[in-house]
Amino acid sequence: MAELVYDKDGRLLFTEEMKREYTLLMPMMLPVHFTMLKHVLELNGYKAELLTTNHRGIVDEGLKFVHNDTCYPALLVIGQLIDAIKSGKYNPRKVALMITQTGGGCRASNYIHLLRKALHRAGYDYIPVVSVNLSGLEKNPGFTLNFTLIRQMAYSMLYGDLIVLMANQCRPYEVIEGETDRRVEKWVNRLTAEFKKKGSFKSSHIRNNFNLIADDFASILVKRVPKVKVGIVGEIYVKFAPLGNNNLEEFLLSEGCEPVVPGLTDFIIFKCDNRVEDHRLYGGKFATYLGAGFLKRYLMKLQRYMIEAVKRHPEFRAPCTFGHLKKLVRGYLGYGNKMGEGWLLTAEMLELIDSGVNNIVCTQPFGCLPNHVVGKGMVRKIKNNLPQANIVCIDYDPGATRINQENRIKLMLANAQKAETAASEGERSGEKQAVRLSG
Amino acid sequence: MRIGIDIGSTTVKVVLIDDNDKILFRAYERHLSKVREKTAEMLEQLDDRLSGKQVQAAVTGSAGLGVSKAAGLEFVQEVFATAGAVERFYPKTDVVVELGGEDAKIIFLTGGLEERMNGSCAGGTGAFIDQMATLLDITADELNRLSEKYDKLYSIASRCGVFAKTDIQPLLNQGARKEDIAASIFQAVVNQTISGLAQGREIKGNVLFLGGPLHFLSGLRKRFVETLKLTPEQATFPEDADVFVAVGAAMYAGNTKPMAFDEVLSRIRSASEQKNTTNTLPPLFSSEEEYQQFVARHNRHQPPFVDADSYSGDAYLGIDAGSTTTKLALITPEGGLLYTFYDSNGGNPVGVVLEQLKEIYRRFGGRITIKGSAATGYGEDLIKNAFNIDIGLVETMAHYKAAASFNPDVDFIIDIGGQDMKCFKIRNGAIDSIFLNEACSSGCGSFIETFAKALGYSIEDFAKLGLFAEKPVDLGSRCTVFMNSSVKQAQKEGAGIDDISAGLSISIVKNAIYKVIRATNPTELGRNIVVQGGTFLNDAVLRSFEQELGIEVTRPTIAGIMGAYGAAFSAKSLKKEKSSLLTMKELEDFTHTAKSAQCGLCGNNCHLTINTFSGGRRFISGNRCERPLGKGKRAGAPNLMRWKYDYLRSLEGGENHRGRIGIPMVLNMFENLPFWYTFFTKLGFEVVLSPESSRSLYAYGQHTIPSDTVCYPAKLVHGHIAKLIDMGVDAIFYPCMPYNFDEKKGDNHYNCPVVAYYPELIDANVTEIKNIRYLFPYFGLHRPREFAKKAADYFKEHFGIPANEVKGAARAAFNAHKAYLRMLYEKGERMIEQARKDGNKIIVLAGRPYHCDPEINHGIDSLITSFGLAVVTEDAVAHKQPKRPVKVLNQWTYHSRLYCAAEYIKSQPDMQLVQLVSFGCGIDAITTDEVRSILEEGDKIYTQLKIDEINNLGAVRIRIRSLLAAVEARESGEAET
Repeated sequence: MAELVYDKDGRLLFTEEMKREYTLLMPMMLPVHFTMLKHVLELNGYKAELLTTNHRGIVDEGLKFVHNDTCYPALLVIGQLIDAIKSGKYNPRKVALMITQTGGGCRASNYIHLLRKALHRAGYDYIPVVSVNLSGLEKNPGFTLNFTLIRQMAYSMLYGDLIVLMANQCRPYEVIEGETDRRVEKWVNRLTAEFKKKGSFKSSHIRNNFNLIADDFASILVKRVPKVKVGIVGEIYVKFAPLGNNNLEEFLLSEGCEPVVPGLTDFIIFKCDNRVEDHRLYGGKFATYLGAGFLKRYLMKLQRYMIEAVKRHPEFRAPCTFGHLKKLVRGYLGYGNKMGEGWLLTAEMLELIDSGVNNIVCTQPFGCLPNHVVGKGMVRKIKNNLPQANIVCIDYDPGATRINQENRIKLMLANAQKAETAASEGERSGEKQAVRLSG
Repeated sequence: MRIGIDIGSTTVKVVLIDDNDKILFRAYERHLSKVREKTAEMLEQLDDRLSGKQVQAAVTGSAGLGVSKAAGLEFVQEVFATAGAVERFYPKTDVVVELGGEDAKIIFLTGGLEERMNGSCAGGTGAFIDQMATLLDITADELNRLSEKYDKLYSIASRCGVFAKTDIQPLLNQGARKEDIAASIFQAVVNQTISGLAQGREIKGNVLFLGGPLHFLSGLRKRFVETLKLTPEQATFPEDADVFVAVGAAMYAGNTKPMAFDEVLSRIRSASEQKNTTNTLPPLFSSEEEYQQFVARHNRHQPPFVDADSYSGDAYLGIDAGSTTTKLALITPEGGLLYTFYDSNGGNPVGVVLEQLKEIYRRFGGRITIKGSAATGYGEDLIKNAFNIDIGLVETMAHYKAAASFNPDVDFIIDIGGQDMKCFKIRNGAIDSIFLNEACSSGCGSFIETFAKALGYSIEDFAKLGLFAEKPVDLGSRCTVFMNSSVKQAQKEGAGIDDISAGLSISIVKNAIYKVIRATNPTELGRNIVVQGGTFLNDAVLRSFEQELGIEVTRPTIAGIMGAYGAAFSAKSLKKEKSSLLTMKELEDFTHTAKSAQCGLCGNNCHLTINTFSGGRRFISGNRCERPLGKGKRAGAPNLMRWKYDYLRSLEGGENHRGRIGIPMVLNMFENLPFWYTFFTKLGFEVVLSPESSRSLYAYGQHTIPSDTVCYPAKLVHGHIAKLIDMGVDAIFYPCMPYNFDEKKGDNHYNCPVVAYYPELIDANVTEIKNIRYLFPYFGLHRPREFAKKAADYFKEHFGIPANEVKGAARAAFNAHKAYLRMLYEKGERMIEQARKDGNKIIVLAGRPYHCDPEINHGIDSLITSFGLAVVTEDAVAHKQPKRPVKVLNQWTYHSRLYCAAEYIKSQPDMQLVQLVSFGCGIDAITTDEVRSILEEGDKIYTQLKIDEINNLGAVRIRIRSLLAAVEARESGEAET
């Protein structure tokens, strides 16, 4: 049994002994990306388990142990972890919890503290919590984010984005049911296994992988019938996590739509860009400015490779560059708007519309503070400038029922259908719209 | 032939139209949650006409989705269906307003099609009106008739039923006219539609009004027409408004495949057979026997027996004028019950008490001597003045006294009444932490009652149904409005009424435990729990409470009248020879008139209700301070919050060389105004502040609010900006500021996202902002030298001001900010000294700087000083305390002050902290728990006041009085030992 060691502020540490004995429980957010993360951790000698649970009991645990006015994602993430501890599947004395921490001005940066409070109230003070962050907060002897691990994690995010991007454009049209998901699984395993090999971090290698992934998905047998494309943007957790958004993607698929979900890469670049912009607005340490700027440029280069890989297959919708997103949002929000998803959320909506995806579900936890401004607050202006925009804002919280959410989404879809019918009738001769529909 | 079926949350509508879209058949009926059966029944009426024929059918409505899926019929989204029908019948329409049972919709047809539905909040709908009518104990029709005869409108919170109730209740208790309240309720619906739904788009042009409530309620129509200033030609109320959506569905059905009518009918019929409910809970009781044991156990807790018919001797009277009900208890010195009363106050508590007092005199005549009388509850003051009651006491004390008579070791009391929920801990014989349901989650008794009535049951029968339900539905634990839609979902899935009844009882309990008290396990609450209040007389609620906590609790048989019972004990402890209560003779001559008036003695302009009773006694309510009571202007206890506000408001003017700069007096300006005022006046601008906040200023900008769940301080910004635009300034300056001053009290120094970025939201949503020069740059004041540089660039670019001048102004501004803080600290210090010299206790009223706006704090500061307490603000004491470790991420400047202030008062025996929390503030979900735990470490009592656009000082009074009573009890306890 590992000894419980505390730091000088009384925080329970994750020790090297624990690294050997304990299983790290990770809450779910993005199924593909996080599966890769789990593999990466295992590769580095950790025992890790990604929680895929999705039932009402999670919400109930969250309600019991987290202040109910706290945002819904915190409630779910913490509820999922506590539910797992109580499930009997793990030995509570042999698990540690893993949670990400950003340190921004949004209350989401408080997850880890709320989690510790919840553990205390539930009588699990002895379970260590490991923070994953790049700000140097909360160090643990048994968990070090060394350069290799950081790179493996970062590349997992990029690979994950490309896989999801391609898969989303295959799944609604696949001829052999389940084919897309089989390829997803194949790539997830293959890419993480590769990290062991030398040279897997070289950008030429990554570029090559991007091409291979794109080609592989493009080779899936599809029947491209016209489907309504629906963009999903919003607060990062409810946007991505099926547990947070009542399986929104699944619902849209069942309604005969193709979900378009902007990936995580832009969010990571966005967080680097914030440091650069902060320096421009308020001054500060030059080193941070340089470091963040370097990282940003490096990630943007990789993003370019990813886009190029997708563009090899014109029938797929390629994402735009971070630089383009930033340009689109000018006149809507300042680049200093960085809390939560900040200006990026608005930019994603603009980019979706710009590329012909006029129908958007903007997801947010009930009462989400940044989204008052960057989500709901910008819809009016977007609609004024781009009348074709068809945006519905959906609030998620423990009490909101799926029937009301789905009813609102259905209204958006009915409008989408109407607009597409009108467009295809109006422009039958031009064929412009028709290309877009099938493309 | 096309059939449209519209299944809403409360009603089913069926229409049949011919090829020219003419209505051949129409029906509108309440489904009482038997959705599928009702639909089939209504379709059967068409059997004669359509049997054997081909038809096209489509289903719409919020509860229609499930039916259409189960029956394999086409579904069309209801707003979409409406829009189609409007285009066909009223093509000139610009805007459609449709109110349904629980839905509200607006469709903008011209100038860009847009359809809006109410979000997760069902405020301002038919269900809301039904709830309000129930509250007034009348039908919706009577409400409508009353509204026709109104004189004045009260402001009633329009966001959701729960808020509105808290606004209406005090009005009722204070004797406001029902006619005025009725019209005000309709006005609230109108306001909700405008602010909640229109969100930035004005409702103008030709407006078509649809839906049941608008169809049946003429008073509601009138309020809409007047508020929107529509001419008779512009407002259309179609004859078929109630079934209009069904017509839309029928028209849509034209696109569907025809099928035999008998097929449609049989599909709906067979759909009614299906039953599958997803989330269910274990039953409350597994057998009748188990239930009987449970009842027997609880019936043991009863007051000492007394034979009321033969008793003669001393008696004590307690009256609990609660929010919806009035309770009376007449007891013997031993606590035996001579007479009790428990009933709805019907909106007229004075009348109810009058009748009861007469009844007591008639029944007991000369047999008893009433030696003392006491009043408690929301209507305490009114009743006390009306009938010359000896004392009034805060209801928490009354409940404690009663509970202690059943269990002297009681350490936790929970009282769930019709409208409110009160829970408090007892520590060392004093009331410790109080939990009240305020702005949200009033999942109280009246909710079940409204629900029972809507389903056609009495509350008793409805509750009994739940006792033996096999699969209670899991309805979650949030506010009642959300529960409505959970019930809708359960109905959709075919849950029975017994399962819903049990589910509702369980929900109420979960609400109380997890939402209001936020307990994780029973030991946290206490070992000796006494439950009371009318709602606990419902055995299903009591059972689920015990099940949820896993312990046995005490429910006295008189759970419903515990407040009155406790008040009677207080009356006894007065040890008077005879109560001053009105005699039978005086009661016979009793008269009561209530008149409304507006107090003009200060800027608050309180709506007063002046009650006059026979014998010339008067009682004024609705006031926030003592002034209208004619007590003159007392020297009053020191009030730093007021001082801060007055000082900041004085910072305007300056010579106009370069122009007039308008500054909205909102959010971060309450901290930064001394800075910006100096900065701009130094640069030769005249500084113009937006007018003082008020309800009407709020309403003025209301239509541009895009997110109705944002906090009230943020919503007020819209009014301030709109007024500034009218004031003709040269530019409005409202900077974006993610960072605040770094006071080194936390790990970072952010503002919250709303404070930081609201200027950008204003730019995107206030249309008129384009008519003015609106400056909303990003600035950070945490790095003075960098600020000077950035500001120099900015003001050179925008105003051509030389850099040196800007840098000089920046230096002066930073100094001004420091000077302001010094002045604030000194002023606070002097007020504390003054209070100590006068022997007054001190309240640290802690929140955000903008909480000093009287429209935001609703005069809570003056209310506190009216109790003879001094008020200082958190920023005036936080500086005395260095950064302390906390268990949360401490990264917002304003919030760090809260932690330091809480830490500081731990060492000050004569100080207490009261935290103001704006409803919707997500960050305070974090601070409140932390501040509470800091205070409790130091054995201090934590008091939290949630504030919103509603102005409900009743709840605030209870808390402050309970706090004072608790402090007093502790002090006298300490003195004894």
